[in-house]
Amino acid sequence: MSSAPISLWTRLSNPSHFMRWSGALVPWLAGLSALALGIGLYLAWFVAPPDYQQGETVRIMFIHVPAAWLGVFFYGAMSLSAVGTLVWRHPLADVAQRAAAPIGAAFTLICLVTGSLWGKPMWGTYWVWDARLTSMLLLFLIYCGIVALWRTMEDPNRAARAVAILTLVGAINLPIIKFSVNWWSTLHQPASILRMGGPTIDPSMLYPLLVMILAATIGGTTLHLYAMRTEVMRRRVRTLTIREAERLDAGRVAVTAPASNAAALPLGQAL
Amino acid sequence: MIGIVSALIARDLALAARVGGSGALSLVFFLMIVALIPFALGPDLNLLSRIGPAILWLAAVLATLIGLDRLFQADEEDGSLDLMSASPAPLELVVLAKVAAHWLTTGLPLALASPLFGLLVALDGTAMGATALTLLVGTPALTFIGAVGAALTASIRRGGLILAVLVLPLMVPTLIFGVSATEAASGGTVPFGTPLAILGALSLIAAVVGTLAAAAALRWSE
Repeated sequence: MSSAPISLWTRLSNPSHFMRWSGALVPWLAGLSALALGIGLYLAWFVAPPDYQQGETVRIMFIHVPAAWLGVFFYGAMSLSAVGTLVWRHPLADVAQRAAAPIGAAFTLICLVTGSLWGKPMWGTYWVWDARLTSMLLLFLIYCGIVALWRTMEDPNRAARAVAILTLVGAINLPIIKFSVNWWSTLHQPASILRMGGPTIDPSMLYPLLVMILAATIGGTTLHLYAMRTEVMRRRVRTLTIREAERLDAGRVAVTAPASNAAALPLGQAL
Repeated sequence: MIGIVSALIARDLALAARVGGSGALSLVFFLMIVALIPFALGPDLNLLSRIGPAILWLAAVLATLIGLDRLFQADEEDGSLDLMSASPAPLELVVLAKVAAHWLTTGLPLALASPLFGLLVALDGTAMGATALTLLVGTPALTFIGAVGAALTASIRRGGLILAVLVLPLMVPTLIFGVSATEAASGGTVPFGTPLAILGALSLIAAVVGTLAAAAALRWSE
């Protein structure tokens, strides 16, 4: 009985099985995320009230917070995949790692850009060296390093292991960076959703925000699965290209070989 | 084991001291950055003495990067890394010895020379001593973090640039606590001991994580 979930997992993570089930799942997930995004944006733009202090600009939050969440979420996904790469050497974990990096970097960038646009009316400047903005900037820089390392190494298996080590070192460092940046300064409001004693954000804004976070998570997962499919196909093309080159190489040897080959063969086998 | 470690350290120190080694070079680079900043900011001694510790720390971070890309690459190219990993000593110990040697040729000279370079940016006695002490405690963290990047990029040609991109974000906490400890020493709201203790903790964490990760990176790069 205990082997059932393991075998299910093994079956799902087999690359060709993965291509089959993810191919069936991606359109549904895409539709679901479009629906959730539609509801979330409707709630955020038309139902949620403007803030009594910040006015309409508070609506930036409905993009900003989900983007920040996904930036962190994809680093978590990457770290889990990195464990999969190092412990099980699973090819699909390599693929998941590689696909997550640019998506996470993009969402972190969206978070930074929207935060900076939000900062202009609120703080009077596009950029403040505030603790959260700074940690997100460092997260973005780490993502950049990871993407750069992926692109530097040609052999995907070696690159996957190197990036996995870097990702895990980064994962150990992220809490330290967060802590040290917090030490260093703060101008941002204190955490308002996840804190002891319930959220301080008003329900009329909280529910649209939660819907947007849900929509962003489903949408991000869809993008990730889609990118993984692309990466699997890219690897297949790479393997096919290498095989083709080997075949051509072998063909050329076969064409030029016979004369020298016959001379090289031991006499007993010449006939 | 001790014999292997001391032999490796002696070998790396000898290599750093000879022609083509980067032993004294990082110190010159350190001086270069400290000398460049007044040209950018102007010779205002009040301003310089206020940001002096930050200048010295930034210079130390950048100077640590010097020679880091060759830390494992040189041994990887001439095959001595294969010999080291085939030796009875675990690869972690080899990494530890090589990183220690690198720190002895970059971090330690920087920390020892920082009071002298502090004169250039008009630091007073307390700030000079504090900067030297924080550099002494904090530069091991920089070297160990850098070693991870060096191991990851050991087999990449021209890995120096990507090495800097990989490790600099990870060095931010060390920089923050290094500078804030120095500022705490010359009058601040926090006592000097707190950031210094955290700086020491960062060095110890980096020593463990950096050694294991660098050894893993070297082992799995084949």
